[in-house]
Amino acid sequence: MKQLLILSGKGGTGKTTVASAFITMSKGRAFADCDVDAPNLHLVMSQLSEPAKTDYYGFGKAVIDQEKCTRCGLCEENCSFGAIKDFSIGEFECEGCGVCLEICPVQAITMLDHISGDMMLYKNDERVFSTAQLKMGSGASGKLVTAVKQQLIQEASDSDLAIIDGSPGIGCPVIASINGVDFVLIVAEPTISGMHDMKRIIETSKHFGVPCAVCINKFDVNADTANEIESYCNGLLVSVVGRIPYDETVVKAVNNCQSIASYPESPAGKAIGLIWERILNDLVSVKNREGENL
Amino acid sequence: MKLAAPVESKSLDAPICPSFGRTPYYALYDTETGNHEFLDNSAAASQGGAGIKAAQMLVDHGAEAIITCRCGDNAAQVLNAAKVAMYKAQDGTVTDNIEKLKNGGLSHLSEIHPGLHNHGGVKE
Amino acid sequence: MKIAVLSGKGGTGKTFVSVNLACAADKAVYVDCDVEEPNGHLFLKPEITEKQSVAVTVPEADMSKCTGCRKCVDFCKYNALALLRDRLMIFYEVCHSCGGCILFCPEKALSKKQREIGTIETGVSDNVTVLTGCLNTGEVSGVPIIKELMEKLPEKDTVVIDCPPGSSCIVMESIREADYCILVAEPTLFGAHNLGMVYELVKLFNKPFGVVLNKCLPGENPSEKFCRGNKINILAEIPYDENLGRLNSKGLVAVRESGQYHELFRTLLYKVAKEALQ
Repeated sequence: MKQLLILSGKGGTGKTTVASAFITMSKGRAFADCDVDAPNLHLVMSQLSEPAKTDYYGFGKAVIDQEKCTRCGLCEENCSFGAIKDFSIGEFECEGCGVCLEICPVQAITMLDHISGDMMLYKNDERVFSTAQLKMGSGASGKLVTAVKQQLIQEASDSDLAIIDGSPGIGCPVIASINGVDFVLIVAEPTISGMHDMKRIIETSKHFGVPCAVCINKFDVNADTANEIESYCNGLLVSVVGRIPYDETVVKAVNNCQSIASYPESPAGKAIGLIWERILNDLVSVKNREGENL
Repeated sequence: MKLAAPVESKSLDAPICPSFGRTPYYALYDTETGNHEFLDNSAAASQGGAGIKAAQMLVDHGAEAIITCRCGDNAAQVLNAAKVAMYKAQDGTVTDNIEKLKNGGLSHLSEIHPGLHNHGGVKE
Repeated sequence: MKIAVLSGKGGTGKTFVSVNLACAADKAVYVDCDVEEPNGHLFLKPEITEKQSVAVTVPEADMSKCTGCRKCVDFCKYNALALLRDRLMIFYEVCHSCGGCILFCPEKALSKKQREIGTIETGVSDNVTVLTGCLNTGEVSGVPIIKELMEKLPEKDTVVIDCPPGSSCIVMESIREADYCILVAEPTLFGAHNLGMVYELVKLFNKPFGVVLNKCLPGENPSEKFCRGNKINILAEIPYDENLGRLNSKGLVAVRESGQYHELFRTLLYKVAKEALQ
């Protein structure tokens, strides 16, 4: 199975717009949304049945048994996270380190399993869609991202191609997204911060030895910066596979729970269609991690 | 020599598991006696630092060489410090790979990937 | 008055609103809590007056005292320690600085060491004091930087806190000191969906709040619908404006370039002040 990952660095550049379009155009049978903090892909993937949900356990949370507690205050004194006040442990502040459990002279504290998110699997005869949602207050988790991808690989093992809508940002969830994929498409926006984040993602992809390409979204908002991006990429021998114009049809499509691919004649629809053709060609020539031709 | 390999099920005829830190089991094989055992990988359930914990466990069990598809930065540091050799696994079962290693057919693992910093529940 | 600006996802205009709000005030402090990717400074271009290192406590081993009991390795929930015959390996990027290993070593072989995870830069941009938190690449958590930033907030001035996107624990730290929260939402289904998440967050923390609808287009606005449905106060509706897009992409601050936007943000500031004081 070849894995195509779509990343952007900062949010709002159009990752999900592009990913959803690719999935629609490829009649994708296997796809995943790794933006576990704020998953959006399911909103534009129509005909989704009820998902099978699995609890995702994060670090445990400590709890004080008020009946055993002698109010010595040792736990509060030694908590590095400031999670304990008035002999009660804050659910959001506790990082499950276990110091308070160990230090309590009367063993009044226990560690409880804590569900920090839900994994979701939408599966029918035609397609497999893997995603997850972190609960509020949890940290965006590299492990959950990995679990979402693994769920996809397991459940869609007979598919040739998996399209993954990646995590925003540049931190650990992004690194977890990149691990094991065959190709990264970076959606860049022609702004100073957009370019800044694109650079960091290119760096990360190269660090992992994963081939990457860039497409510029809403390029006409600042054609100068768009050109700068192209020069920069050319200098690094990173292909710029296309430019997408700002197009209100995108908003219309999203609000109708559709991908922009449902409007193939729109400016954005056409541009993304061309990019998709380009990517398909690039993917064919990429060898996967085991050195086999895809 | 004591070899270890991550394996998906408790059988030497099982394929080598693609993940090092989060494999469900390790096969431990003694090339001199032919004896072998399977270890449950408690590191798999860890929120983070699975590779480190797994490497520690294998070192504790006296592993002198590992056959694996890939290995993360942190685990590799532990293994290197303990002078445990790392070999790149090829397609096939654990038995196949052990045979290849005996015949000098396996190369050293040179590609160490950066750690995945997988930690659950806490900020990225 | 401390105003936190947040949104469910990136790209909605948090930094745009925060930066312009701070610049529209007579005098304000702008705090960039998006420590992984701080962007405010790209627009404000502050003259830096101070750079401070933010450090966390990590363990350091004195092997001459170590008996190999493994209590530290077994205790660590993050698997940050590995004990080989003659040395204890410490993996800093996995360590959460809980201090447990140091505390529980029976031989007191572990001691505290400071390790930098990021920086805070203080600077000035005309009428705005700029505090920028920045997390070093690859680090575990930006929370210690936020905590340090919150310590530096002045008591009396107008403070605008530019929060990280989402609703994770780092966002919670960023809004802790806020007197009022502005939720920024874009007019799409995604925007409304993610607005829902931060709406839950501010309610949980009992913060007074209002919504700014950004990049508004003609036609139905799902975020507006969400607000009306939940009786949420809409503070401003900023239409999508190509010119604004251009200013933004050049790193220019709208209220400093355009009378129209200066007026818009003065009005917003006034409204927020009124709401916050109620």
